[in-house]
Amino acid sequence: MALESAIGSANTTRASSSLTLGMKISRINWPLLVMLSLIACYGTAILYSAGRGWSPWAWMHLLRFGVGVVMMLVVALIDIRHWMRLAYPIYVLGLILLIWVEVAGDIGMGAQRWINLGFMQLQPSEIMKVALVLVYARYFHIINPGRISHPVSLLLPLALLVIPVALVMRQPDLGTALLLLAGSGGLMFLAGVSWIYFASAIAAVAAALPIAWGFLRDYQKNRVLTFLNPEADPLGTGYHIMQSKIAFGSGGVFGKGYMQGTQSHLDFLPEMQTDFIFTMLAEEMGMIGALVLLCLFGAVIAYGYIIAMRVRHQFGRLIVLGVILNFSVYVFINMSMVMGLIPVVGVPLPFVSYGGTAMLSLLFGFGLLLSASVHRGVPIPENTGMFL
Amino acid sequence: MLPGGRDNKQIKQFTRRAALLGGAQALMFGVVASRIYFLQVIESEQYKVLADENRISLRLLLPQRGRILDRYGADLATLRQNYGVILIPERTRDIHQTLNTLGEYIPITEQDRVRVLREIRAKRSFMPIIVAENLSWEDFARINVKSYDLAGVQPIVGETRAYPYGPLLSHLIGYVASVSEKDLEAIENPEPVLRSPGFRIGKSGIEKMLDTELRGRAGNMRVEVNAYDRVIRELTRTEGVTGKDIVLSIDIEMQKAAAAALTGQSGSIVCLDIERGEVLTLVSVPGYEPDAFNMGLSNAQWRALQNDPMHPLINKSIAGLYPPGSTIKPLIAMAALSTGAMSPSDGVFCNGRFRLGNHLFHCWKKEGHGAMTMREAIKHSCDVYFYETGRRTGIMPMHDMGVQFGLGVKYDIGLPDEKQGVMPSPDWKRKRFGQPWVGGETLIAAIGQGYMQTTPMQLAVMTARLASGRLVIPRLVRDVSAEAKPIIFPHLNVPDEHLKIAQDGMWAVVNEVRGTAYARRMEGNGYQYSGKTGTAQVRRISREERYRKGGVTKNENLPWEQRDHALFVGYAPSDTPRYAISVVIEHGGGGSLVAAPIARDILSLALARESHGLKLYTPDTQTS
Repeated sequence: MALESAIGSANTTRASSSLTLGMKISRINWPLLVMLSLIACYGTAILYSAGRGWSPWAWMHLLRFGVGVVMMLVVALIDIRHWMRLAYPIYVLGLILLIWVEVAGDIGMGAQRWINLGFMQLQPSEIMKVALVLVYARYFHIINPGRISHPVSLLLPLALLVIPVALVMRQPDLGTALLLLAGSGGLMFLAGVSWIYFASAIAAVAAALPIAWGFLRDYQKNRVLTFLNPEADPLGTGYHIMQSKIAFGSGGVFGKGYMQGTQSHLDFLPEMQTDFIFTMLAEEMGMIGALVLLCLFGAVIAYGYIIAMRVRHQFGRLIVLGVILNFSVYVFINMSMVMGLIPVVGVPLPFVSYGGTAMLSLLFGFGLLLSASVHRGVPIPENTGMFL
Repeated sequence: MLPGGRDNKQIKQFTRRAALLGGAQALMFGVVASRIYFLQVIESEQYKVLADENRISLRLLLPQRGRILDRYGADLATLRQNYGVILIPERTRDIHQTLNTLGEYIPITEQDRVRVLREIRAKRSFMPIIVAENLSWEDFARINVKSYDLAGVQPIVGETRAYPYGPLLSHLIGYVASVSEKDLEAIENPEPVLRSPGFRIGKSGIEKMLDTELRGRAGNMRVEVNAYDRVIRELTRTEGVTGKDIVLSIDIEMQKAAAAALTGQSGSIVCLDIERGEVLTLVSVPGYEPDAFNMGLSNAQWRALQNDPMHPLINKSIAGLYPPGSTIKPLIAMAALSTGAMSPSDGVFCNGRFRLGNHLFHCWKKEGHGAMTMREAIKHSCDVYFYETGRRTGIMPMHDMGVQFGLGVKYDIGLPDEKQGVMPSPDWKRKRFGQPWVGGETLIAAIGQGYMQTTPMQLAVMTARLASGRLVIPRLVRDVSAEAKPIIFPHLNVPDEHLKIAQDGMWAVVNEVRGTAYARRMEGNGYQYSGKTGTAQVRRISREERYRKGGVTKNENLPWEQRDHALFVGYAPSDTPRYAISVVIEHGGGGSLVAAPIARDILSLALARESHGLKLYTPDTQTS
């Protein structure tokens, strides 16, 4: 067993240390790219309907996806060990930018989230989503598995998580904070942190809920309250949920037909091109269309697990499933939100919602995933020497 | 520990946990999928209904209100365009913000704002509320451009009532105004159209009495609207029915002349076409501006109208009650003839006084008229002759004759608040006051004073019946469709000879030297008219005043409200009567001096209009 493993390890070490560009390209998981492209095209079609034409959204969406895919492939071809070295620098950069938006960020939708780069608006929290996956994967790759559940070992990961979450909550962006928490928690779980921590964390959260309530902004409280009883105030904050459910339900099994959605085209549906795009899709394409999209997402996730199992190093495995976890949390929160299962939180649907930074950060993440897959056999020592 | 061993253990744990996490994700996706199924299959029907309720809106198509025309087709009440803005509270995000924004484009006063907010509280949130009306075209165009940004705000083009003659016809035509909650409560099963913003119903006059005919019937259309209630397209449409045009018997030119003759006074003129009973003129002055009610009256304006001593809100022609005074004397003469209490040649000597028991009754002519017969007594309006006639006749024959000639009777002419008046009788007095009739009251009644109360309309009808001997019934609305059918009123139950005597007396009043209205006879048009003057006393003249030096105080020296009412009734031409008239001027002074010349002028105008070649309005004349 140990011998086999050692031989296999030696083989792959030899093979991957001398990977040529051609070999790397051939190792890229092209089926994944096809699935992501299908989702993006589906999104483009729905945005075409939302905007009644290529402008203002459909064309731009497709263009961004194209640019993002190129970036993703570039990221995939860079050796995973470089990314491992860059984990903390990227994290620090994200942190600096997060602090910067506190100071100089533009005001949008009542929350400071963006840095205006001129050609696009950068959300530092998006960088942070990727950076946290990187630093967690690195940390739990290096740490002695025997000590993984020791409280002292968890101090650094918790600190790395708490600082950006606190900053994001201050903005205030509940959706992103939830994404960061869920992604990081999932990584800790995968890395092997003891059950006891998760059980006690859940118990602590339940106990702290009433206290946390006091820290929420009014609009966040309203969202929770209207979620609990949307019919109580159908013209106030419950309006969005009610209208979304009406649009969703009225679509029926086969939908109202492409470009035929009444709720969306008559402006009853708010933010239909961004957070509520899934509602519009369900209204026009019906349950069939909604389940097709759900299956595409499910396929990407399932494929992610297959890729993860093929990676030979813990760092890569954590990267792959970290990215997949983030992606699935996006999908789950967005879909549940528009169907009234959870309160309204501003989370886009990956590759379908219109919006630049979320798509780029997701594609960057998938680039890392692919890089881990391409470089699945490279030897990564437990002690890299740089930054811990 | 071997690296491979560590790896293996790590891989095992990772795989286990990944499987758990994957299972959790599969569970979540299962939840999402079942939610999709729940919404789109199980609850789908319910949401389809809600989606249709969102997008489909039933709009009423307000019917066009019918016009009101005079007998020759002149527009008395029409429609003009009215640009306004309405607000649907439930469609707005924030009422105050919306009103503020709206205020940047159109003038909204603090008063408007208070009213709108009050209406919002009073009405259900989907009921549209009028924010502004009668906007200029510029303001209206601005709102049309901006309304897309203003959720819940809709520009509307309505039609509003226009009254080209204003106060001249205020009592006759009345006015329209918004439907109040009180109006709605009064109606059983109110039509939905009554709840439409800006919809007006008649509140007074013809507008009120013939409201349902004028109103027409609302149509409706189903439209698809967006979230801002903007109509995207029309789905179905059911046309309504335009309101009916109402053609009045009024001649607007005569109406104008009559109102002009009463300028500055308080009073009434009613002129009838005797043959058909059609009301040609029905003037009550002063009037009011009917548009003011349509636009909404301020409290101060309303109080001013209410407290005006000349009572502009009352239609004096049908709701003003006056003692008929001497205008009733021809009727009393006929009552006496009918019982045989008097013969036309019976003489009564007038020395200016008449004693009954302990009471002394006075003739208007202090020094007396001397020997009087019936014809002379009418001509000179001798009170003593009629005291004696009344004494011999008794109250009941006088009462019966009065009722036969239309006094103390309602005609339901088609205007609200028509008064019945009083033609007194012992029965009436017993019921009214619980007291028996006394002889002196019969004498007072014989000169048209005391309990007797008549409307100017009743006096005109009395005169028309005197002139024609037929049971003339007044009418205000012409039945255009049945125009060809002649109206023939039945004869009154009065011998022709008796009528002749009354008519002869009334001819003498105007056309014989020393008749009370001889100075006001017609000259130059080849016509003669007949009539009777009246001066109704409104105050009690005391014994001291009557016998003091200088005698009874002259009208011009009395305060306005104590002066006598001036009355005149008449008809023309004398030989073939076609027009009857009553003129009442409140506190105007003597009937012969003030009322008679007006009656003569209006009768002359009616006669002159005959030769103008005017064509009566029919719907066909309009289309041709």
